[in-house]
Amino acid sequence: MQQMPPEAPSTQTEWMLAVRDQRDRAAFGRLFAFYAPRIKGMLMRSGMSGAEAEDVVQDVMLSVWRKAAQFDPARAQVSGWIYRIARNRQIDLVRRAPRTLPEEVEIETPPEEDPGQQLAFAEEAAKLRAALDQLSPDQREVIARAYLGDLTHGEIRAETGLPLGTIKSRIRLGLERLRHELKDLRP
Amino acid sequence: MDQIAHHIPDTMLRAYAAGQLPRPFELVIAAHVSLCDDCRARLEAEDTLAGTLLEGAATPAVSDDLLARMLLRLDEAAPPAAPARMGIYPGPVAEALNHQPPRWRAAGGGVRQKILFEDGKGSVRLLWIPGGMAVPDHGHNGLELTMVLQGAFHDETGQFRTGDVEVADESLEHTPIADEGVPCICLAATDARLRFRSLLPRLAQPFLRI
Repeated sequence: MQQMPPEAPSTQTEWMLAVRDQRDRAAFGRLFAFYAPRIKGMLMRSGMSGAEAEDVVQDVMLSVWRKAAQFDPARAQVSGWIYRIARNRQIDLVRRAPRTLPEEVEIETPPEEDPGQQLAFAEEAAKLRAALDQLSPDQREVIARAYLGDLTHGEIRAETGLPLGTIKSRIRLGLERLRHELKDLRP
Repeated sequence: MDQIAHHIPDTMLRAYAAGQLPRPFELVIAAHVSLCDDCRARLEAEDTLAGTLLEGAATPAVSDDLLARMLLRLDEAAPPAAPARMGIYPGPVAEALNHQPPRWRAAGGGVRQKILFEDGKGSVRLLWIPGGMAVPDHGHNGLELTMVLQGAFHDETGQFRTGDVEVADESLEHTPIADEGVPCICLAATDARLRFRSLLPRLAQPFLRI
């Protein structure tokens, strides 16, 4: 079997769980090394200066540390979970007001890990990744602009008539599974 | 909450994720997602896609001392917890109520209301409608989102029970009627004043402020 690169999703999950369960600062440092530049890049895409972006990166990574107990590897990849924290922070800053967020799903403490559910989620996420990889660089960039830049999906659709079909079907498959997992989490 | 039948449309859910909805609508989406596993799953699936894109995104250099400065801050006080539910009120609504039971005001026709937020562009309120009572026949200048928190109502388009959201746009002229039984309590957001079709409710409109 091929050796996974150190930034592979499964490796990142291990780091994140070490942060969550052991408050492991070295693991946090590794996550920081991977995500700080990417979050900085995302913030700069919507016009922030490098110095401003670094301040926000600190806020975001501080939230990652504090909210680690909410991380559930059967529902989220580290990247998606950190993305949401970063995006919410970015939106708050643009709007100069905190946005209204839903309740958080209650996570058992200590969480009962279910390797089967985690694996099923990882497989689904890998399919999504593969579907993204099959797109041309241009198509991929258009989608990246929607999620990492500051355009709406509506504008994206109007611009290109994009082949979101494959990805959407992947999302739907992921959805169904996520939905069941969420239901299982409910008391 | 397995019986939720009326969900948030994809475009609106994405606009919510992108922080592009006005505050009244944002409150309704956050309240619905608090109760609806399906819509939460749809949001989280979008984040999975976005996260995958973030992994492959550009990596501008960061200052050498950024991590060191960051590590010094790890022990700072934690932020406030996520909003907690209060009875029938989902966390985001409970938060808008400052965790106090609503102080209802008469709104005419036996209907009571509590305005949670309004500005020149829109409003969001709680409505308390006695069982069997109709809300005046109305159309919309803009968009109206109505989420049921207790009881149920029905109109020309169907029945709406706890957790359901009705999305009504300019094309819909409807007369929502609360089902018999417990009062129907709704969270209603509009981005423009409603148009009432008959004279009497029109007179009541400034009073209702919708």
